[in-house]
Amino acid sequence: MLSLHNVSAGYGGTLALRNVTVEVAQGEFVGIIGPNGCGKTTLLRVATGTLLPEAGEIRLQGRALQLIARRQLARTVACLPQHLAVDLAFTVQEIVLMGRSPHVSRIGGETKRDLEIVGLAMAHADVLHLVDRPITELSGGERQRAYLAMCLAQNPSLLLLDEPTNHLDLRHQLSLLDLIVRLNRQARMTVLAVFHDLNLAAEYCDRLLLLDRGQIVAIGSPQDVLVEETIYRVFGVTVSVQHDPSSQRTSVIFTSHAPRSGINPGGTPLPSTPTTGLPRGRAAVSGRGR
Amino acid sequence: MSVLGDRKGLIAHGTLLLALVSACLFSIFSGAAHVSAGDLWHSGVFQLRLARTGIALVAGAGLSVSGVIFQSLLRNPLAEPYVLGVSAGAGLGAALAIVLGLMAVGTWTLPGMAFLGAMGSILLVYALARTRGGAMPGSTLLLSGVIVNAVLGNVLMFLVSLASSEKLHGVAWWLLGDLQMFDWALLRIVSVVVAAGVAISIILARDLNLLALGDEPAAHLGLDVEWAKRLFFIVASLMTGATVAACGLIGFIGLIVPHTVRLAIGPDHRRLVTASALAGAAFLVLADSVARTVMAPSEIPIGVVTSLLGGPFFLFLLRRKKSSYGN
Repeated sequence: MLSLHNVSAGYGGTLALRNVTVEVAQGEFVGIIGPNGCGKTTLLRVATGTLLPEAGEIRLQGRALQLIARRQLARTVACLPQHLAVDLAFTVQEIVLMGRSPHVSRIGGETKRDLEIVGLAMAHADVLHLVDRPITELSGGERQRAYLAMCLAQNPSLLLLDEPTNHLDLRHQLSLLDLIVRLNRQARMTVLAVFHDLNLAAEYCDRLLLLDRGQIVAIGSPQDVLVEETIYRVFGVTVSVQHDPSSQRTSVIFTSHAPRSGINPGGTPLPSTPTTGLPRGRAAVSGRGR
Repeated sequence: MSVLGDRKGLIAHGTLLLALVSACLFSIFSGAAHVSAGDLWHSGVFQLRLARTGIALVAGAGLSVSGVIFQSLLRNPLAEPYVLGVSAGAGLGAALAIVLGLMAVGTWTLPGMAFLGAMGSILLVYALARTRGGAMPGSTLLLSGVIVNAVLGNVLMFLVSLASSEKLHGVAWWLLGDLQMFDWALLRIVSVVVAAGVAISIILARDLNLLALGDEPAAHLGLDVEWAKRLFFIVASLMTGATVAACGLIGFIGLIVPHTVRLAIGPDHRRLVTASALAGAAFLVLADSVARTVMAPSEIPIGVVTSLLGGPFFLFLLRRKKSSYGN
């Protein structure tokens, strides 16, 4: 579906991505993880063609990316960027309809089929009830789903997502990713998504791609990539990785290094405990929630 | 289009068209000279008022659609036709023509100089805003425009300070908008430029929608962003330049008409462009009738009327419905 061969890219002389080679197969769900500034977003921008690589070759369905016209590219690749802030009070339907722009002729306008696809995209993203609401008045979760519906209206074969669950609460994170996974499994839509949350990445992706300082450190199944030593080396934090062979689930449990101080709901300070002993500040997200 | 609440768009367009026709009739049959409807044709007053109504209509539509384009292009609610230096450039050209006494050369000197000034300032802004890669980021464009506007504006003020009081009056009138200087040939040229600009904006209304999302999202949706930005920049600048050359600086209309129409029918450019053209035309024709009649036989500068009529009306709408531009 998408292949990058020895791709290097950057901004004004500094390379944010160096010699990246990766192949994303049709129907795969691949997650990109790595610390801040490691080149995750740059990788997506190169894949959307909005950033031209300094070196290397990118192919989409076997064709060189730079030879594909923008409009044609937008019929195959959709991208949900991290910061999509629309100031104008477009309704949800108007926003989703914009997803049809690469398909709609300038003179003829949208056909009945376009409107059917828009309706379907809104149904998939569960925003049908918001049709006439201005995008500016929606909550973060609703807005993200509306933008996702816009991407789906493009009828893409490849969906690129940049931290799609950013700013969403846990329930909305899971429902958005459940939806994307459903599209991935049922409609065979290839997905390449940037994740900050390692557990979400492990839960939803077929393969993970770990980037550090613009280079690929590891690529493979969540179980192969999320290794305690690798995470320590890349993120500089100590974690414990657990893998449940029966469910094939990998989860990362991290431990806070800060001494815990806090006030319990009663208002009296918690008794201080010795810093040695059991790890504290345990937090893990594993399992599919619902 | 049926599910897009097109009924709303249809009603809005119908209402605006009716308003425009009424405004034109009112403009033609009212004025300082008291002429009965029968004598109107023979006295030549009709032709004068027709030309004046025509230029007001065209200028109103052109400035409003320019405002729509600049607000989408720069993704800024404060953007308007004069924000990128067109006003100061044209003002400088016009003031030069008046102060240097070039008016005697011919009737076309003032509009010609104003248009040259407008185009000069636009080219300057364009050259300043272009980055090495050929891209034209909205923020850089806006900053270049504001700076060029400020610098040229001060040169203009310097020129004005040197002018004799009689010439000063001419410059002041021009800076507040002047629909008196009609000339059929000039009207024809401005009409063609504005009609072409509005037509292009209608055909490419979807691209204006995409630009309002931001450069990168627009590119993801298949738009050649740099091409579209350059094209819209040129279209809006030419419309503004031509309008300003013919009738001076009529402020405010390019800012408030798009916002008012957006409050009424939403930001979708597939409706906004045409509705703003109609609303702007109707508004300026009406404002001009007011300017000619309330203090007859003397006239109020049209720029003063647009601000005094439009400002409070817009604030009233804004307070009632909050902003159409975000929250």
